[in-house]
Amino acid sequence: MSEQATFTLDGRTVPFQEGQTLMAAALAAGIYIPHLCFNPEFPPHGSCRVCLVKVNGRMVASCTTPAMAGQVVQSETEEIREIRRGILQMLFVEGNHVCPACEKSGACQLQAVAYYVGMLAPHYTHFYPRRPVDASHPDALLDFNRCILCELCVRASRDVDGKNVFAVQGRGIKAHLVVNTPSGKLGATDFSLTDKAAQVCPTGTILSKHSGYEIPIGQRLYDRKPINVVGDVAALAVSKGGRRHD
Amino acid sequence: MTEPSALTQNIRDIVQRHHKMPTRLLQILREVQDSLTWLPTAALNAVAEELGIAPDKVRSVATFYSFLYTEPRGSYDILFSDNITDRMLGNRELLHYVADRFGVSINGTRADGRVSVGTTSCTGMCDQGPAALVNGYALTRLTKARLDRIVDLVNTNTPLEQWPREFFEVVSHIHRADSVLGRHFADGAALRAVLKRGPSAILEEMSRSGLRGQGGAGFKSASKWLSCRDAPGEVKYVVCNADEGEPGTFKDRVLMQDYADLVFEGMTVCGRVIGARQGLVYLRGEYRYMVDALQATLQNRREAGLLGEAILGNPSFDFDIDIHLGAGAYVCGEESALIESLEGKHGVPRIRPPFPTTHGYLNKPTVVNNVETFASAAKIAVQGGDWFASRGTAESKGTKLLSLSGDCERPGIYEYPFGVTVCQVLEDCGAKNPQGIQMAGPAGHMISEKWFDRRICFEDLATGGSFMVFDQSRDILDGIRNFAHFFAHESCGFCTPCRVGTSLMRDLVDKVHTGHGTRADLAEMRKLGQIMRVGSHCGLGQTAPNPVLDSLDQFPEAYERRLRSTAFEPAFDMNAALEQARWLTGRTDPDAYLDEQALLGAMP
Repeated sequence: MSEQATFTLDGRTVPFQEGQTLMAAALAAGIYIPHLCFNPEFPPHGSCRVCLVKVNGRMVASCTTPAMAGQVVQSETEEIREIRRGILQMLFVEGNHVCPACEKSGACQLQAVAYYVGMLAPHYTHFYPRRPVDASHPDALLDFNRCILCELCVRASRDVDGKNVFAVQGRGIKAHLVVNTPSGKLGATDFSLTDKAAQVCPTGTILSKHSGYEIPIGQRLYDRKPINVVGDVAALAVSKGGRRHD
Repeated sequence: MTEPSALTQNIRDIVQRHHKMPTRLLQILREVQDSLTWLPTAALNAVAEELGIAPDKVRSVATFYSFLYTEPRGSYDILFSDNITDRMLGNRELLHYVADRFGVSINGTRADGRVSVGTTSCTGMCDQGPAALVNGYALTRLTKARLDRIVDLVNTNTPLEQWPREFFEVVSHIHRADSVLGRHFADGAALRAVLKRGPSAILEEMSRSGLRGQGGAGFKSASKWLSCRDAPGEVKYVVCNADEGEPGTFKDRVLMQDYADLVFEGMTVCGRVIGARQGLVYLRGEYRYMVDALQATLQNRREAGLLGEAILGNPSFDFDIDIHLGAGAYVCGEESALIESLEGKHGVPRIRPPFPTTHGYLNKPTVVNNVETFASAAKIAVQGGDWFASRGTAESKGTKLLSLSGDCERPGIYEYPFGVTVCQVLEDCGAKNPQGIQMAGPAGHMISEKWFDRRICFEDLATGGSFMVFDQSRDILDGIRNFAHFFAHESCGFCTPCRVGTSLMRDLVDKVHTGHGTRADLAEMRKLGQIMRVGSHCGLGQTAPNPVLDSLDQFPEAYERRLRSTAFEPAFDMNAALEQARWLTGRTDPDAYLDEQALLGAMP
């Protein structure tokens, strides 16, 4: 019988299958590596860079890097936490994230990951971009201010729902999420709250219109336990406080 | 206003000319814009319709490339090259001068729709600036007198073909020639060599030559060719990276303009070695002025039996070359972004692995090499690997083309064996009182006098060829600010550290440059630069902080003399903010003040 190939992650031995990424192997072993654009139901994207780990002295995105036998991987070191914190601080100033006024607060993966990496307040100078809200859809609200360009809704709508409702346009800091209609309005699409695209946002960009604050602040998903214990909001059943648009 | 039906017909014709191939999307959009001056939504939708692809795909390409406009633009679009070398030659004054003469704001379009004036990243004319582009065609050696004539030509709506030829003259200033530029090369010699000796023998010569990627990354070219040759698949591609976007480099422009046969021959040899029948040249949009000449060269080669079917009469030797034009995106110099762009998409670098040698253009095995690498390869095929390896150093065989610009008497192209010292180069180009060099462009390293004894080679100072000289009269921080703006403009926006980091860095450099920075800002720059360097998805973001990080070490005085205070200086004064509370409560006792200093300051 051939022996299972393994690598070590922060000293723990992690088995993996040929072709598995570091992230997938860690997840299967029950080890949390913080992430935002990664969702195990989709091919890795590698854009948010929050899941950076150090492999043999080099920083790589764990969601896109294939596991190899004998690799020495570091994740929870102060050096890496500081870089992850910096990346979260960037995301928070790039958009307009006003947690106390956001319905998603407490069940927001962005907020939970920020707490997890030790980011307790904004750091960089805010960009304050002008991003009008789209309330044209009868059931859903699109608040572009909270978009972090993970493209999960883009991928879900295109690859799962077959609707291709969302896209990213523009370059550099001007890159932004758009709705694929001549008017650019969600109301002109066949988007529905039951779409996969409505359930994958790690922030409060896509919200249900007719329900709000059903779970009080203080009793929400990440209010009592951190994300590494609770898991991603998109992966949890409604009864646990996730997937609230199902 | 164009009639919808006329618009549709026009676009149908353009799309037909490109055989309705979605991979030609970028080329199609360029042509549509040439006829309309910009890309209205109706035009984008018509292109999508004709190609049978989703409108958002077309729009994401149209909004990605700098030279494509989704807002109205003047029928004469003048973009000043805004590299630091253009600035040294006074381009800003000329920019404001011509904008005033046209009565148009910078980056604006005149009300009559006739003209727009703006800036763009380095156009690769650093040895003959100040430079600009008009409707994509290179203008060189601009002066106020020349701009006066241009203003008249535009105001009289004179077609570009009737403008004086000398405005568009691009000179190849070759000051030192060696293995690649120097020796005579008979067209077809490398092809005859590969036919006579066989592809394996030529690959062996490549291996012996030690040739490394001349774009600057330095990967062994023979390994790349071998990996691609051995990759499974019938269809393979050869791609020439002529997207010479690194500010300060223009050696590929000279090679494509004066040595195109050599480059095409190198590509053809590569095709024979790896088993590819199709080559693609990705030429940066700034070099569109040479497209017609390059097409003519390709046609001559076909007629001479050096390209196309049955090369040199050998029925098993087919290889042809197609030219794709970029549209203003530095990130497309990264090989996987370049491939995305070749496929007609916006240029976001792919996740690697897999690498292009196994999964490249259209997911087929592909060799992507720099222009200079192919030129060297053609020479090696004829002269042999040992001949090439006899020049250079242990780890860096052969020669390197350097693009010299900035403060020197003889800017232009210098071909040196690897291992030449910075000092030697400075002496040869006539650099008086050099203060610093931006080596290998903004993505490379800013070096001061204490490094001038170092050697240019992969084991010491690696370079893709850019060499910009700053003399003692220059403010280094002017250059750093220029580069920080460049990277913020050119980030593709895919990954967080580069997308947000380049803009944060630009703002921090601006803050210091305008005299509002503190020591805390310098510490912040270092920390931010480190996150970008280790965290970014591709080389663009990883190297974007280099100018700042290098100059903080090598030219600390350039920063420090601008700091508001050498200590941390908060923008917020807590004691002043408490003054109203003290007044309301009537307190004047020592405990109402934050510290003794504040109390003393408050005493009458």
